Amino acid sequence: MRWIDSAWYHKPLLHYIDDPGARDVIVTRFSVPWQPRGPVSNGIIAQGVIGVARLTYSVAAPVFSRFAGLILIGAVVGTCLAVWAHSLIFGFVDAHILGGTAFPAGYAAQPFAYFSPSTWGLSPSVILVRLEAAGGLGAAMSGVLQYLTWPVQFGFVRDVIGLGAIFGLFNIIPIYTIWWERKVAGRIQSRLGPMRVGGWHGWAQSFADGIKLLLKEDLVPKDADTVLFRTAPYFAIIPSILAFVALPFGTSYMFRELDVALVFILGVLGVEVMSVIMAGWASNNKWSIYGAMREACQMVSYEIPLSMSLLIPVVCVGSMSLTTVGEAQSEGWFSWLAFSNPFIFAAFVSYFIASLASVKRAPFDLPEAESELVAGFHTEYSGLRWSMFFFAEYAAMFVIAALASILFLGGWHSPLPMSWAGVFDGWVASGGMLGLVGAGMKGLLFSGPIWLMFKAVFLLYVQIWLRWTLPRVRIDQVLYACIQVLLPLTMLLLLGTTLWVWASTSDSSAWAMFDSIVTRILGVIGIVMALAFPSIAVYGFYNRRRLVGNLAVDAMPGS
Amino acid sequence: MDHAYEIGMTETILQSNPDVLIDHERVEQGDLRTEEMLVNMGPQHPSTHGVLRLVLRTDGEMVLDTVPHIGYLHRCAEKIGESLPPYQYIPYTDRMDYLAAMNDNQAFAVAIERLCGLEVPPRAQIIRVIVAELNRIASHLVALGTYGLDMGAFTPFLYCFREREMILDLFEAVCGARLTYSYITVGGVREDLPDGWVDRCREYLDYFEPKISDYNNLLSFNHIFVKRTANIGVISPDDAIAFGLTGPMLRGSGVRFDLRKVAPYDGYEAYEFDVPIARPGGVDEIPANVVVGDSWSRYYVRVLEMIQSVRIIRQALDRLEDGELLAKKLKGLKLPDDEVYVEVENPRGQLGFYVKGDGSAIPSRVKARGPSFCNLCITQHVCRDVLLADVPAIVGSMDVVMGEVDR
Repeated sequence: MRWIDSAWYHKPLLHYIDDPGARDVIVTRFSVPWQPRGPVSNGIIAQGVIGVARLTYSVAAPVFSRFAGLILIGAVVGTCLAVWAHSLIFGFVDAHILGGTAFPAGYAAQPFAYFSPSTWGLSPSVILVRLEAAGGLGAAMSGVLQYLTWPVQFGFVRDVIGLGAIFGLFNIIPIYTIWWERKVAGRIQSRLGPMRVGGWHGWAQSFADGIKLLLKEDLVPKDADTVLFRTAPYFAIIPSILAFVALPFGTSYMFRELDVALVFILGVLGVEVMSVIMAGWASNNKWSIYGAMREACQMVSYEIPLSMSLLIPVVCVGSMSLTTVGEAQSEGWFSWLAFSNPFIFAAFVSYFIASLASVKRAPFDLPEAESELVAGFHTEYSGLRWSMFFFAEYAAMFVIAALASILFLGGWHSPLPMSWAGVFDGWVASGGMLGLVGAGMKGLLFSGPIWLMFKAVFLLYVQIWLRWTLPRVRIDQVLYACIQVLLPLTMLLLLGTTLWVWASTSDSSAWAMFDSIVTRILGVIGIVMALAFPSIAVYGFYNRRRLVGNLAVDAMPGS
Repeated sequence: MDHAYEIGMTETILQSNPDVLIDHERVEQGDLRTEEMLVNMGPQHPSTHGVLRLVLRTDGEMVLDTVPHIGYLHRCAEKIGESLPPYQYIPYTDRMDYLAAMNDNQAFAVAIERLCGLEVPPRAQIIRVIVAELNRIASHLVALGTYGLDMGAFTPFLYCFREREMILDLFEAVCGARLTYSYITVGGVREDLPDGWVDRCREYLDYFEPKISDYNNLLSFNHIFVKRTANIGVISPDDAIAFGLTGPMLRGSGVRFDLRKVAPYDGYEAYEFDVPIARPGGVDEIPANVVVGDSWSRYYVRVLEMIQSVRIIRQALDRLEDGELLAKKLKGLKLPDDEVYVEVENPRGQLGFYVKGDGSAIPSRVKARGPSFCNLCITQHVCRDVLLADVPAIVGSMDVVMGEVDR
């Protein structure tokens, strides 16, 4: 009966048993199906693994908890930089190794193209010849880089790297969004949120939760439809990864450039609804079925206004390619589509509302309404399968926020117009290390993945903020709002935008002046709104005693 | 056993209401007939606040009928009262309505005092009024917060609990307990107020009063919240009286009735306060679609009552002067061979105690009339032909405490 000595969960039962023979009785009575078959061996390999784990922890834990803040900030900034370094390196390879000859006729080589038609490569000997032809120290440095990046010229290698990047983003984004949501929720509710795990503001809380969920038992209810129940989370998680495939993060930084990227993303996000319905049905739980039913109901009502709102920038730009739409907004704040006419300004709002419904966020979180449906469609899920739904939800939140940024808020462009970036064009043209630095500066100040990430994270913050502020609406009110309010509204907006675009095609100078004045007014409204967020936050922080009251401020943890 | 009862109940309902079966011609042709489903809401459910079990008969999202099942928390609290002297029974009243333990203590104490003809000293009466009204605020804060939670608004819940914590701190300073106080006892109160408590209480009231408008901005007049609660679960004044509703549920239906005005106890007649009802015209900016007796009115009556409670506490703090804390002749108290029934105004309604003495120190009969229990009986009447999401909106506005329903 060796195992019972190591079974910690029986210890509370054993403390009153003096007679060792009585332990057999206990074993019979409380034997559990997962009891070990034999004694656990502490072999040399196991002891080695344990020793390494202990050593690693004892070395890493103090470092991590002391420098956790720096590590976290470094990880976030590093992620952005890594995303962007891809495009720099790929563009470098295109420009220097492949050169103009590598591209098919009629294809303009783009300076920082991630995607490339190249499926062949140049041998190092050819590169060496070109290097010698260039000559000089800069060329030598660039030659080293060319050697290092030699494999990147192959399309297959690029795809592997790109898939790695997509999968990494798909993991990093939900993990940090969840942590961010908990911190924001804590601050809204005058508490602190996660503070312990990792040392600095609980930055590792989501990792810890992930490990906990990995280790939890994967329960399948007895009467559930096992196959559907097990597959449903994959139907949630795969479409969200697929959406990243067509999502551009920069001028030409995306996994695949699709001419109909918008339709593709809408399509794959639509598949996610399937998972909710499957999960709800397969769970064989009445509350889950309610959740599934509500999701189906909600889907037919929000999809149409969502798509109609997205059509409006498409009408303005004349393309369904997200790259083209993003590039059309390169001339600074006033060229962003949200400010180009009043209809599209309103369409941004209607898109945001409909997109909240599409990712099941409050106030439209009816499929998982916890005060009505216990937990809705994922009532019966546990462990990793449960977390898959949440990964998918948070990744979809990021995708719809990024879509809003690309289609309405200038995408990966900064508020500064690209025409000011001429300073760095000379550097880029000169090639070599200076070209790399020039391209980097251009990306930092004018257009780069960092700006898209920044805008998308801001919109994520707004989603989180709404969730912790608003009550939940009722299902009939969702249907009413989407079908009877948003749908006619977006139709009118589409009509208005179409007329506006039609009027802009005329050569009338009076119209051009009117158009420009309207754009300026809307842009200024946008500036005021954008400045209002930090201003109100700063005001609230410095007047918190007056606004919240001394007792509440003093009672706050960490005050 | 339980299961069999459920099935029998369904058949009874179907026989009594045959018209709920959809037999429309087009439904039959298109084979669109829907099936009814019995759903158990509770006893473990996030929005039933404890162990209330509602059996819903649903057709899609429509709830055709709701049957409340109670008794999961029954502890024979009344029977225990027949084997203990009254002062030992006070802690049991704490466990009845655990969110308003002061008011429960007060109800039982007042009943015994009336039975034995005890005179409560003025200082004790004033302290009783202060703690009872503070507890009314604390209880209404829980009601407000959890009602917001039922509607999906999480944040007001934490704000309400933050303010409630401060009241609990005040109570802890008075009696050492944060939930089950046993502070008000037969003949007076158990302890005197500690030094500086009055100033702390005033500071809290100054802090708390502006917070009420915060709740209104955040929740009461939130557009979505009003849409969810206005014109939902309407109880007419006649129904409210016929079903024996009391407290905010009665006043939410527009009946201006409050025992503190009608049959004052512990000196309530000396205080100036209003009995608020949520009636259009009674409130300044009542939302347009609110009907008298709906869930929003019941919710808002509680907000208004907190304002009145603050008024009462301020007056009571001003009148506080030194004096005795307990009545005379309490030692060896014998209950006369008589009976008494006393009701006091609990945060949830009228809490009544019937006590019968037989000349000994132990009552021969104790019976409580719980407001939550009596208010709950209208569930089946109101939660009929509503949407599933309206069930928490209605049951939450009743603000039942299962500890007191089951006793």
